[in-house]
Amino acid sequence: MAQGQAALLLLADGRLPAGGYAHSGGLEPTVQAGRVSDAAGLEQFLVGRAETTGFVAAVFAAAACERAVRDDIAALSALESELDARTPSPELRSVSRTLGRQLLRVMSTIHPHPHFALLGTAPHQPVVMGVAAAALGLGPRDAALAILHESVAGPAAAAAKLMRIDPFDVHAALARATERLDRLADAAANHADAPASELPSRGAPLSDIAAEHHRSWNVRLFAS
Amino acid sequence: MAKTTPPNEHRALRIGVAGPVGTGKSSVIATLCRSLSDEFVIGVITNDIYTDEDARFLRSEGVLPAERIRAVETGACPHTAIRDDVTMNLIAIEDLERDFAPLDIVLVESGGDNLTATFSPALIDAQLFVLDVAGGGDVARKGGPGIGGADLLVINKVDLAEHVDVDVEQMVTDAEKAREGRPVLAISRKRPETTSQLCDWVRQLHRAYADGSHAPVDPGPMAPHFHATDDGSHVHSHGGGHTHHQHGHE
Ligand SMILES: Nc1nc2c(ncn2[C@@H]2O[C@H](COP(=O)(O)OP(=O)(O)OP(=O)(O)O)[C@@H](O)[C@H]2O)c(=O)[nH]1
Ligand SMILES: [Mg+2]
Repeated sequence: MAQGQAALLLLADGRLPAGGYAHSGGLEPTVQAGRVSDAAGLEQFLVGRAETTGFVAAVFAAAACERAVRDDIAALSALESELDARTPSPELRSVSRTLGRQLLRVMSTIHPHPHFALLGTAPHQPVVMGVAAAALGLGPRDAALAILHESVAGPAAAAAKLMRIDPFDVHAALARATERLDRLADAAANHADAPASELPSRGAPLSDIAAEHHRSWNVRLFAS
Repeated sequence: MAKTTPPNEHRALRIGVAGPVGTGKSSVIATLCRSLSDEFVIGVITNDIYTDEDARFLRSEGVLPAERIRAVETGACPHTAIRDDVTMNLIAIEDLERDFAPLDIVLVESGGDNLTATFSPALIDAQLFVLDVAGGGDVARKGGPGIGGADLLVINKVDLAEHVDVDVEQMVTDAEKAREGRPVLAISRKRPETTSQLCDWVRQLHRAYADGSHAPVDPGPMAPHFHATDDGSHVHSHGGGHTHHQHGHE
C-alpha cells in the first residue's frame, strides 16, 4: 500500500474549506455559449480540461512539491512566473492566485509548516498544492493527482447547477476518467525536477477567452 | 468616535446579518451605516448568490465610501460561505480590516437563504437574523437556529403588517418564546424610533465587545435545547449568553 493515502484524500477532498465550491472551472461560460449541453459534452469538457490546463497545473504542483521536499523554496518564484506565462487570461491568473491564497490560508491553519509563510500573499494554486503536499509528507505525484482530481471534480460538481443533467451521468464520467488521471499524474511527476522554463505548456485557448467573457457578466452563478 | 479599549483594540467587531431572501438585510445594513457612521468606522462585506447587486445597492445608497463595501461571490452556495467553508469571507474581512485600519465594525450580509443558515462563530462575533412580516406571522413561531439562537432577531417591515394581516405583537411574543428570552426587535425603516433601538443594540454590543465582556454564541446548525436534569432544573441559562462555543479573540 502506498504511504500517505489518507493525507492525499484530505488534500483532494472538495470539502476542504478552501472556497473551491464557488468556481465552475470554466464550465459556466462554456454551457452558456452552448458548447456543452449534455452528458457526452460534459465528459469531453472534463477530459479536455484534465489533458490541458489540468495537466499543466499538475506538472507545476509536482514541481513545487519536489522543490519543497528539497527545502528549495527560493526556486518556487520561477514556477510562479512560468505558470503566469502559461496562463494567457488575466482572469484565470487571478483565479489561480485567489484559490492559492485560500488553500494557503487553510493549510497554514490546519497543518502549520514553516514553508507556508515563505510563499507570499497570493501564490498560484498549483504551487500551494505542491508545497502543502510536501508538508503533509506526500510526493510530487500525489500533488499532481490532487490537482488533477480537483480540475475535473470542481466543474463536475458545478454541472448539476448549470445544466440539465443526471448526477449519475456526471459521476460515471468521473469514474471513466480515473485511469486517465492516474496516467496524467505519472506523466506530470516525470517533469517534477525539470527546470521551470522547460515544463510543458499545454493550453486550451478558448477556455481563456471564455473566462474573460465570464468576468464581464452581470449575473453568474460561479466566480469562474 | 467610540474608542475601543483592549482586548479588542486591534480588530473590528464582526457582525453577521442573515435571514431569508428579501427580508431587509441590506436595508438594515444601510440603516446602521447611515445612523452610526459618525460614531464608528464601518466596513461591509456582501455575499452574493449570482450578482453583486447587494454591494451595488449599498454603494448607491451612499451610506459609506464605496470602497469600504466589498462583495464575495459564493458560487450559488450562500450557506456554505458563512458556515462550512468561511475562508473566502474571512479573507475578505481581513483584507478590509487591513486596508482601512482601524475599522470599528464590519457588517457581513449573507446571501438570502433559508431559515437554517447561520454564521459560523469562526467568522463573526455576533449575528442578527432578519425576518419580515410579509413572510407571514407564523414564521417566528417555527423557530430554527437563526430565529432561536441569533444574538438579535429583527422582525422587519412592521409598517406592512396591516396589509398582510399580521399581528406584530403576537409575532414578537412567539419569537420571544422561541428564543427563550433573547432579544427581539420589531422595526420599520419608516419608523425611526424602531431603527434607533436597533442602533442602540449595536452600540451596546460594541461596548461589550470592546471591554471584552461579549461572549460569542453559536446558534448552531440545530436549536440547542437541553431541559430537565435529574432535579428537574434547567441546564441552560439564557439571556446573558449560551456559551457552549466560546472563542477567545486575542
Ligand atoms: N415597507 C417596507 N419595505 C422595506 C423595509 N425594509 C426593506 N424594505 C424593502 O424590502 C425589499 C428587500 O429589502 P432588502 O434590504 O434588499 O432585502 P435583503 O434581505 O437584503 O434581500 P436579499 O439580499 O435579496 O436577500 C426592498 O424592496 C426594500 O425596499 C421596511 O421597513 N418597510
Ligand atoms: Mg440584500
